Amino acid sequence: MRYAYFPGCSAESTARDMHQSTLAVAQSLGIQLAEPKGWTCCGATAGHQTDRVLAVALPAATLIKVKDMGLDLVVNCAACYNRMKVANHEITTSEQVRAQVAEATGRDYDGSVKVRHFLEVLLDDVGTEAIAAALRSSLAGLKVASYYGCLLVRPNEATGFDDPENPTSLDRLVAAVGGTALDWPHKVECCGGGLSMSRTDVVVHLTNNIVAMAKAAGAECIVVSCPMCQINLDMRQLDIAKIKGIRHDMPILYVTQLLGLCLGIPAHKLGLNKLMVPPDRVLKAIVNAA
Amino acid sequence: MPSLVTDMTIVISKNKSARSIAQRVREITGVDLGTCYQCKKCTSGCPVSGLAKCPPSEMMRRLHLDLGDELLDSDILWMCVSCETCSTRCPMGIDVAAVMDALRRIAMERGAAPGEGNVPLFNKAFLTTVQAFGRTYDLAMIASYKLGSRKLMADTEKFPTMLAKRKIALLPPTGADRKMVRRIFKKTKENKAADK
Repeated sequence: MRYAYFPGCSAESTARDMHQSTLAVAQSLGIQLAEPKGWTCCGATAGHQTDRVLAVALPAATLIKVKDMGLDLVVNCAACYNRMKVANHEITTSEQVRAQVAEATGRDYDGSVKVRHFLEVLLDDVGTEAIAAALRSSLAGLKVASYYGCLLVRPNEATGFDDPENPTSLDRLVAAVGGTALDWPHKVECCGGGLSMSRTDVVVHLTNNIVAMAKAAGAECIVVSCPMCQINLDMRQLDIAKIKGIRHDMPILYVTQLLGLCLGIPAHKLGLNKLMVPPDRVLKAIVNAA
Repeated sequence: MPSLVTDMTIVISKNKSARSIAQRVREITGVDLGTCYQCKKCTSGCPVSGLAKCPPSEMMRRLHLDLGDELLDSDILWMCVSCETCSTRCPMGIDVAAVMDALRRIAMERGAAPGEGNVPLFNKAFLTTVQAFGRTYDLAMIASYKLGSRKLMADTEKFPTMLAKRKIALLPPTGADRKMVRRIFKKTKENKAADK
């Protein structure tokens, strides 16, 4: 299993732990990941709020490099994944956009690179049976709330990821490593995404709703697959405590960190020390598989 | 929390701009605004409709009524989190999120007030680092946004921990194809100038 792998800008800054744990899990499961040389920013929310061509040409710059590699592209950041998928969708459905992107990048790109989220590779290419066979330990029934946020599942005609209202990909992975995947209503609610700095008030309001709901559902941790979701739900718990006086102490882990622990990968190789809310209760819950 | 059912009073001022905003939105998005029948499903699912004075369904109604520049001052424009719940749930398949993107771009073109939190400044700070380095450089982006928005003290208490945990990179990113990214920014700017 060999893929091109797009780490995304946050892999070098706020989400080093997502990047580290993705590489560690991939290595452990025999998945080969190759970074496209010279990959560039997808433009994120700032890009599509500013200009339609910029929003498609920026991800296309990397997609062109991947096309030359002749591999499928794997992305783990939900935001980058979304921009790559939307770029392909717009290029294949609009001749005008395709021409504008060709003009901007200097290369005609047909939108044909297959873009996949790392979760899709884990579930569809590796499969839960192979993952279960590779496990060294189990979550032993730990109650996990799977949080998907927005960008994996919407717009569904572009991402085609799971079900846009009730996705189950993360839940299936949690169950495969021995956790209890909770049925809860805020799976695809928004955390506030890119408004984290500009409208911290809005983000504190939204993240409090999400974490409080997970807690009410009995969650012992929340599992995510997006750097924006992770940092908003994790770091903003400090602001929720300060502003609203509510202490949630809810660990927010990347699914690759949770899976990595069960594959027997040491915590420091998964960047667990980078979490703002310590994942102690998760570490204690894990038991060696028989 | 404003009522989602009543209290929708829309005032239309007479000094409309020469080129209608609704018409520009149609051109940019290809959306047939007339298909919206005000079911308010977008507003029901919108994470910020309870915080904004003007929820998405009301923006659609204002577009129907062909409002002028006051549309660009609506608080939802810069409170919208681009989560796309509205587009996903619209029974008529209207891409409401694309309409919001179009309105933001028109607001920036026409120099409308940036609203609380100055999201346009954040976007500019973000894209400036991408243009310079080919990838985002959080430290420069944060500094530039904080200086411009005078939010110097926000989140400073978290910085030591973030740095100790290496969650903020000190040095700018290397290894990106900067030439390509600069070309894209240059061509996009040229196209925009030609489009006006």
